[in-house]
Order: sequence, then structure tokens, then C-alpha cells
Amino acid sequence: MVTDYIKQIFILLFSGFKDLLPIIIVVAFFQFIVLQQPIPNLANILVGLFMVSIGLTLFIKGLEIGLFPVGENLAYDFARKGSVFWLIVFAFALGFGTTIAEPALIAIADKAAFLAAKDNVISATDSAQQAYAAGLRYTVAISVGFAIVIGVIRIIRGWPIQYIIIGGYICVVVITFFAPKEIIGIAYDSGGVTTSTITVPLVTALGVGLASSIRGRNPMIDGFGLIALASLTPMMFVMLYGIFI
Amino acid sequence: MELIFKFIEVFLSTIVDVMPIAIIIFATQYLIIRRRLANLKQVLFGFVLVILGMAFFLVGLEEALFPLGEVMAKQLTDPAFLGVDNLVENIQWENYLWVYIFAAAIGFATTLAEPALLAVAIKAQNVSGGTVSIWGLRTSVAIGVGLGISLGTFRIVTGTPLHYYIIAGYVIVIIQTLFAPKSIIALAYDSGGVTTSTVTVPLVAALGIGLAGTVPGRSELIDGFGLIAFASLFPMITVMGYAQIGHWRAKKDLQRQELKMKKASDSKNR
Repeated sequence: MVTDYIKQIFILLFSGFKDLLPIIIVVAFFQFIVLQQPIPNLANILVGLFMVSIGLTLFIKGLEIGLFPVGENLAYDFARKGSVFWLIVFAFALGFGTTIAEPALIAIADKAAFLAAKDNVISATDSAQQAYAAGLRYTVAISVGFAIVIGVIRIIRGWPIQYIIIGGYICVVVITFFAPKEIIGIAYDSGGVTTSTITVPLVTALGVGLASSIRGRNPMIDGFGLIALASLTPMMFVMLYGIFI
Repeated sequence: MELIFKFIEVFLSTIVDVMPIAIIIFATQYLIIRRRLANLKQVLFGFVLVILGMAFFLVGLEEALFPLGEVMAKQLTDPAFLGVDNLVENIQWENYLWVYIFAAAIGFATTLAEPALLAVAIKAQNVSGGTVSIWGLRTSVAIGVGLGISLGTFRIVTGTPLHYYIIAGYVIVIIQTLFAPKSIIALAYDSGGVTTSTVTVPLVAALGIGLAGTVPGRSELIDGFGLIAFASLFPMITVMGYAQIGHWRAKKDLQRQELKMKKASDSKNR
């Protein structure tokens, strides 16, 4: 079994490299033709590119045999057991748990705290900034948990995604007019930042699995959309956080 | 040697990142569902591969791409390279043409290497029975990110408020939603959040902050943000556009075939 995997991995390595080709072309074009400069540390870069393509390959293989089946299995089991309560608890835990430790979010929260201190929204001490950043992180994590819960209920009930998302956009627009100016950019960015490389496949597998195992749901129409919700709610919650604190 | 240490460090921190997710999943599986996983060994092996893959990927990016990308972003936004005076009155958006082109190209290229997008594309191809192809989805998302980031750099140069663009983008998304094939809508919305993770965010952030730092009158802290928001908005537009075009083509093909059959039957009747 293991040798089979290794053989497949070698075949996949090539496709991993193919994914990187556009980056190599863009970088080479700008470096040689536009900026007219040699590439520094070429050896390092080649080693790095090789590592990236190995990484991409292993990651995709791991998804196919690990993350995807687990997410789908859970979805089937929940659908069969019919325990909506536990499904919602799980959905919240998944959204909250994967977001709270997200490195990109930690970076954004620290920057936001720095900004707030600069504008005298909070006092410029370290402890005040840390408290502000931590509060922001919890806010975003709760908002993502909340988003996954709403998304799961939507799949069970078969609500059309567009009404929820468009309603959410309208809320975002309305809140924007009341939010402090400095927080808007951060809030809009935080929507894109929360969905990490491991959360996305898992959440997708969960949604598609749920939609395929509940009768009357179409995996294409109902299965996707969890990530969209998880990118929408942080924008609202971060701006609200900026307004109230 | 240094590389090996770095790899181990990143590998350990990836394990820490994955831990909460693994705990939630396995706790749910064994405490709430109370059913053993049929292929536990394979699943665990899969998790190991995912963590290993992420570690390789991140170290490779830090080794190869990020330093170079940051240097390039800095050089391209350098007023001396662009031939602009560092005076507030002299900002002319045309002078930054190379920046827009670079933003579009790097946004497009990094999105194609984005693992989360690949994951969603694989799922979408399976679920749609091939109507949505892996490469079709990835390319249209990548075009969206390229367009978005390019427009985002234009916004930084001109200093117009971020929310005008975003709200206008929402309006376009809403109008497209009314006309797009129903089956693509959820996937299109998802592709907005998917695009911006490991590869794109650091490079794009470097570009945004570099640009906001060199364009006179811009603040790194206020104007440097917002590029990621552009990168999450535009893929929705391009993915729905992609589906719309596919839909129209299929319709036209059908019409053409019907026409052909009609002609054939007409000539037969005669």
C-alpha cells in the first residue's frame, strides 16, 4: 500500500511543479526584462521551489486520503444520526477552533491594536494593546463559528445562499458608514484572512458531505457556501468591534 | 543545515496549528458519533502527509519566493525606478503602470499555486460531474485575483476610499447573481474566501505596504490594507462570469444543433 502511494507521489510531483510554473515565468520576466537585474541566490531559490512543489504534492495527497474522507464521514454520520444539536456544537467548535490560532489573524489583530493606540482609541500601553488584539481575535473566531453554524443550518433547511450573502453584504455596507475609518481596511481584509489552508478543504468536505447525504439537497447548490459565510461575518464583527470599543 | 532547522521549526508549528482541528474532529468522531473510523490508519497517514506538505510548502516559500517577491515589490514601487518625483502634487497614476501589471501577474500566478483553491476545485469537479473543471475554476479565480489586486494598487496610488470600490463590486456581484446559473452561485461565493491564504497574502501584503510607503501622501497603516479584500471580491465576479459564458455556449450549441436537425428534416421532407 505504501509503495503505491510513493509511486503516485512521484507522478504528482510533476503536477506540483506545473502549478508553480506561472510564478516562475512572472518572476523571471519582471526580474530580467523589467527590472533588468540578476536573480540573487539562485541556488536557494531552486531548492525552495523544489520544496514548494513537494509540499503541494504531499498536501493534496494527504487531503485525498485524510482530510476529505474524515470531513465527509462526519457529515454522513451526523446526517444519519440526525442530531442537529451536536452538529451545531461541532460546527461552532470547528469555526472557532480553526480561527483563534490562525497566524494571519494574529498578525492582523496586532496591527489593528497598534492603530487603535495610535489614534488614542485605547491607551498606548502594551497591556491595553494586547487586550484589544485578543478581544479582536475572539471576536473574529466567534464570528467564524457563528458563520459555520448558520451555514450548516442553511444546508439542512435548504435556504438559498444568495439571500443570506446579499443580506450580509447590505449589513456590511450599512455598518461601514458608522465604523471608524481606520478599522475599515482591516475589517475587509480580515474576511479573506480567516479561512486557512487546512480549514478550507475540511469545511468544504463537510458541506458537500452534508448536502449529499440529506435527501432533497443538491451538493452543488447547497454544499458550497460555508467559506463564503466564514469570510463575510468577520467583516461585520470587526467593524462592530471598532464601533463599540 | 540551517534549512533543516528551519524545516523542523516550521514542521512543529504546523503541528500546533493543525492540533485544534484534529482534536475537534477526533473528539467528535469518538465521543459524539461513537463510531470507529473504518480506515483510521489511512486517515492518520493522510494527516501526516498534510502536515509534512504544509511544512515543505511554507519553508520553500520562505526560502524562495517571499524574499524575492518582497525585493521585487520594493524595487517596482521605488520612485526612482518609476521615474516620479517624490512630491504630493506630482502623483499621476499613469506613472505606476508597471506596478499594476506586476500586481495583476503576481496575483494570477500565486493564485494558481494556492493549495486551498486546488482543494475546492477538486471537490467542485467531482461534485459537478465535470461541468466545472479544475483548471477552469482555478484560471477564472486567478484572473479575478489578478484583476482585483491590480485595481487595488490603483486605488492605493490614487488614494480613493476603499469602500467605494468594494460596494461597487458587491453591486456587480448581486446583479450577476440574478442571472448566473443557480448551481454556480455558492461555489462562486466560496471562491472569494478561498483565494487568499498561504501564497498570496504575504506577497500581496508586501506589495500593498511597499506601495503605500512610497506613494507620497499615503499611510502604510490605512492604505496598505485592503488589497486582500479586492482579491476576495473579484473572483466571485469572474467565476460567475465563467459559468455564465459556459451556460451561453451550451445554449448556443444546443440551438445550432436544433437548427441543423431542423434543416436536415426539412430537406428530407422535400
